[in-house]
Amino acid sequence: MVEQAAQVAQMLVHGEAWTIKDLFVLPNEYVYWSIQIVLYPYMTGLVAGAFVLSSLYHVFGVEKLKEIARFALVFSFALLPVAMLPLLLHLQQPLRGIHVMMTPHFTSAISAFGIVFMTYGVIVASEIWFVYRKFIVESIHRLENKQRTGIDGLLLLIYRIISLGATDLSPAALQADHKATKILAGIGIPVACFLHGYAGFIFGSVKANALWMTPLMPVIFIMSAVVSGIALCIVSYAIFMWLRRWALAQGKNFFLPDQLAGTTNLTVENLKEMQIHETTMTAKYLRIFMILAITLELLDIIFRGYTAVKSWDILRQVIYEHDFVKIFILQYGIGNALPFVMLLLPGLTTRRACVASVLVLFGVFMMRWNVVIGGQAFSLTFDGFMEYHLPIIPHDIETFKEGLGGVLLVFSAPFVIFYFLNMIFPAFYNSDDKAH
Amino acid sequence: MKRREFMKSAAVFVSGAAVSVSALELLDPREVLAKNPDLRWGFLVDTHKCVGCGMCVKACKIENDVPLEANVTRTWVERYVMTKQGEVFKDSPDGAQHGYTTKRIDQNHSGMKDVADEDITQAFFVPKLCNHCELAACVQVCPVGATYSTADGVVLVDRKWCIGCGYCIMGCPYGVRFFHPVVHTADKCTLCYHRISKGGNTACAQACPFGARKLANLRDPNDPVAKIILTQRVGVLRPEYGTKPQCYYIGLNEEVR
Repeated sequence: MVEQAAQVAQMLVHGEAWTIKDLFVLPNEYVYWSIQIVLYPYMTGLVAGAFVLSSLYHVFGVEKLKEIARFALVFSFALLPVAMLPLLLHLQQPLRGIHVMMTPHFTSAISAFGIVFMTYGVIVASEIWFVYRKFIVESIHRLENKQRTGIDGLLLLIYRIISLGATDLSPAALQADHKATKILAGIGIPVACFLHGYAGFIFGSVKANALWMTPLMPVIFIMSAVVSGIALCIVSYAIFMWLRRWALAQGKNFFLPDQLAGTTNLTVENLKEMQIHETTMTAKYLRIFMILAITLELLDIIFRGYTAVKSWDILRQVIYEHDFVKIFILQYGIGNALPFVMLLLPGLTTRRACVASVLVLFGVFMMRWNVVIGGQAFSLTFDGFMEYHLPIIPHDIETFKEGLGGVLLVFSAPFVIFYFLNMIFPAFYNSDDKAH
Repeated sequence: MKRREFMKSAAVFVSGAAVSVSALELLDPREVLAKNPDLRWGFLVDTHKCVGCGMCVKACKIENDVPLEANVTRTWVERYVMTKQGEVFKDSPDGAQHGYTTKRIDQNHSGMKDVADEDITQAFFVPKLCNHCELAACVQVCPVGATYSTADGVVLVDRKWCIGCGYCIMGCPYGVRFFHPVVHTADKCTLCYHRISKGGNTACAQACPFGARKLANLRDPNDPVAKIILTQRVGVLRPEYGTKPQCYYIGLNEEVR
């Protein structure tokens, strides 16, 4: 009996565990692209957005964003491997994921993933290298002249390796670093946009899907990516600053690698002032990109309703009936309108900017959800609906990967990576030099 | 010979050899053999003949190792019931592998629907399978080339190379693709390639008691099925997607999508 039950459970096909079909749906239709594919554009968007924010300073010289720019750059690098994680978790044959890079089939939008992703990774990595080269070399000198503990020894080894032997700190060399940073940040903006616009293209080019197929998709994705990236940077920057203030007051220096490095003289007031300044300044740019994102999204819906081609009948039912709460209340209401008003009201504080940013992050997440899951909420025949239920309690590896467990794994990964990355490249390192 | 001279002549030799070898590669014998201009597989479904017994579905699942108890299938039969009020009801419970044994229409989550006999204006069955499109969307979107069209027009999946991303499943406008519950790769109708390439028939066509499903060689003017496709009024499913499907239907109407 148990064996039989196990066998039946084994026959549960991919998608069956979380799909509820209504009316006429083809036998093979399920919500095949579930929560991990919602997370994929979400995480890539955060990567791209964080990078664009850092570039605002590096390329356009927006001095006010100096502090958050460096943080955004390192955080973007921490987010990068996580952008790939949802795809790997979603693959039915994750061990073969490397085939995409080894034997890319170039008529497919996904095949470019390896190239775009690696290009972007190389650009961010080299930009970080140029920004931190002075710090790396100084750290080597500092650690060499110091009584080293085990960790120090390891750090010294890491710094020696990543310095690549370039220890020249002459003004000419530093000037060259600065120039390289600027160029890389400049190239990085289109590449970051491409990284994410391309994620939009993956969806927008699926001609079989009436909701996805629009040339606006990549542009919508880029705008919402920048919005979510900036919002995440505001929230994380503020939280990390709170943490740092707390750590400084408590004397817990392991949270303050830059303090350990002895390059700054931190005070609690100093940090607080910096935090307020940076978060409110960044919030300004958040508003601009929010307006662009919402305009495009509304344009898409209005255009579909106005032209009302054959598929509009079912799309209207999905948008205005089945997913009404998710789209108009959660995404546009709580995720867009409310935080927008919060950011517009005068006397913006860090706390308010943070709450608004969290709402914005939620709104963008709901937008990804409504696109990815919403696009699979109706049958290819336009005669039936599919409802997606996120598996909460996993009963096998698949319902873990494509359930709440997988979500939490993906959400927590960048912070873990950032913790270690911050040890090597202190994201809050405040150098006095004008260079970067 | 000096080292410099040796390097020079080695470089000349290697580049010269590479050019001539690349010329040889243009003639891959396997490609030449596979490219048979006299063969292009196609399929013909006569919806007037289908009674919805589901034998084709069962035969397909057994022949191609798709578990009977799994709720996915390479081929299925749809039932259409239209009423005087202009309503159209469709269903395909378990892909119709057990045949249609009740008049009640399976509306999934909305339960079973009863339609009074006197209200029905017309009712019919439509078998579906992969259309083996000329410009298959699934082949276009596969990121690793694991899905491909053979020279004789059959779309196949390489189970050893498929990464299981599901892009082809999303890209197919006909919903013929799914993840195989045992192999965990994308799966679909192969037109029984292992049978037809040895002169056999597809399992579904062979199992059909009424001759509603027929395999055709579209390039052979003497092929009786190809003749029907040429001389009668046939249609294909959803031509608007531009995939050029090669599965032809007799008795198709607007409600069939």
